[in-house]
Amino acid sequence: MAEYPRPLPLPTPETQHFWDGCKAGELRLQRCTDCTHTYFPPRPFCPACSSRKVEVFKASGKATLYSYIINHRPRPDFGDQPHSIAVVTLEEGPRMMTNIIECPQTPEALQLDMPLEVIFEKASEEISLPKFKPAPTPARK
Amino acid sequence: MKQKTVAVVGAAETTEMGKIPGTSQLMLHADAALNAMRDAGLTAKDIDGIATAGDSPVEIAQYLGITPTWVDGTSVGGCSFMLHVRHAAAAINEGLCNTVLITHAESGRSRVGARKFSRDPASQMGQFEVPYGVTTPPTMFTIPVLRYMKEVGVTEEDLAMVAVIQREWAAKNPRATFHDPISVDDVLNSKMIAWPFRILMCCLVTDGGGALILTSADRAKDFPQKPVYILGTGESCETPLISQMEDFTTSKAFRVSGKKAFAEAGITHKDVDHLMIYDAFAHLPLYGLEDLGFCGRGEAAAFIRERNTAPGGKLPLNTNGGGLSYMHSGMYGMYALQESVRQMRGIAPAQVPGAKISIAHGVGGMFAASGTIVFSNEKP
Ligand SMILES: [Zn+2]
Repeated sequence: MAEYPRPLPLPTPETQHFWDGCKAGELRLQRCTDCTHTYFPPRPFCPACSSRKVEVFKASGKATLYSYIINHRPRPDFGDQPHSIAVVTLEEGPRMMTNIIECPQTPEALQLDMPLEVIFEKASEEISLPKFKPAPTPARK
Repeated sequence: MKQKTVAVVGAAETTEMGKIPGTSQLMLHADAALNAMRDAGLTAKDIDGIATAGDSPVEIAQYLGITPTWVDGTSVGGCSFMLHVRHAAAAINEGLCNTVLITHAESGRSRVGARKFSRDPASQMGQFEVPYGVTTPPTMFTIPVLRYMKEVGVTEEDLAMVAVIQREWAAKNPRATFHDPISVDDVLNSKMIAWPFRILMCCLVTDGGGALILTSADRAKDFPQKPVYILGTGESCETPLISQMEDFTTSKAFRVSGKKAFAEAGITHKDVDHLMIYDAFAHLPLYGLEDLGFCGRGEAAAFIRERNTAPGGKLPLNTNGGGLSYMHSGMYGMYALQESVRQMRGIAPAQVPGAKISIAHGVGGMFAASGTIVFSNEKP
């Protein structure tokens, strides 16, 4: 695969599990076993109650579109076409920055609150980035 | 409650603003500081407190020849200078120093001797935002607005109107970068930067700086300029990651900082004659008006559309033209403070007649931090 030209994350010991999960095709979140708060970005303690008793779990990968922009300024590393930079609300509650892909990069196609699902984009041997695409419309019964 | 009052006794911007390719960022600090010292009738020997953001206060002190007993390098983005004013007031009241110099300068456009811009790929932002194309303010500060627009019913025309009215103020200011009137259509037809933001909804990128000198109100009466008193101050911060803001329709840092400043000043919204809200982008005044409590939720766009903040309106806002039309070198909070001081001295190019209380409200980073200062030209 061609070298991925964009700035890539450099995991730290506290975030390695998240990036390992992405590489394995899993979106991993953390949850406090004292107060049940689910949170992101990763850290080995609960930002709601300061407990260190937290666990990693596999999230559903389902999300909705919270807000976004469509960047029109040329970015050599992102190509010259307008592209979305979006924040999604995960089914489990936390929000994360991402791109919405496999979808026209237009206001018409990108509707707030639309259902999304995670898709991992391999960027290097070590890093796969969690991105989101429109969730398939449920099949009629 | 504050036991004593502190006042601004020196205030100035750099001699030139806009494009200054012949001056380094460090010298822009010094130029603003020398102008403020001249304004206050002081030299570096009279200064015993120093604060700046972005660059090191150690370097500014050394360059100017200041030996401080109080140093503040709080650097939380463009509102850092509001925080410096707050910290300086506390330090002066506590006797840590007597006369504080606060400087800002940035060779924002020409980048002469300017800091290199880089993000650590191991930082939270480097890991969880930058890989998706979040880099400069237009790809970051803009992201919450669609959610705000959907929740409260604000339109692209409403965003454009913010820029249109600020241009009316800029037209009255000879030092403003832009003077020519613009229409909502002009804004909406200007170059798309990051939908829904067009270039005329985004702040300028210029060179410049500013400096303030503060001392106790008791000493202030012996200075050449009319003292501008600090009635109340607030500060807060929320998150370096815009994706982790609690709510994209309101800034927690704005609310906390504003509430503190109003409470400390002991004033109500009706008492405020003049307002500055750091406008890096056209949505900032909308958030600021609502989060400071001047407007109810979702009411700021109509408040602006109905010309309450325009020349002749009941709450003159961003009367220098703002970051959208006056200037923006990178950390605009200093220029909001400078315009509040000019209004309180009665010397602003677009002077609000009889103004007695002015608020300067700043944002740091992308809704990351906030600082609020309540000024008055009447000693409390
Ligand atoms: Zn907890």
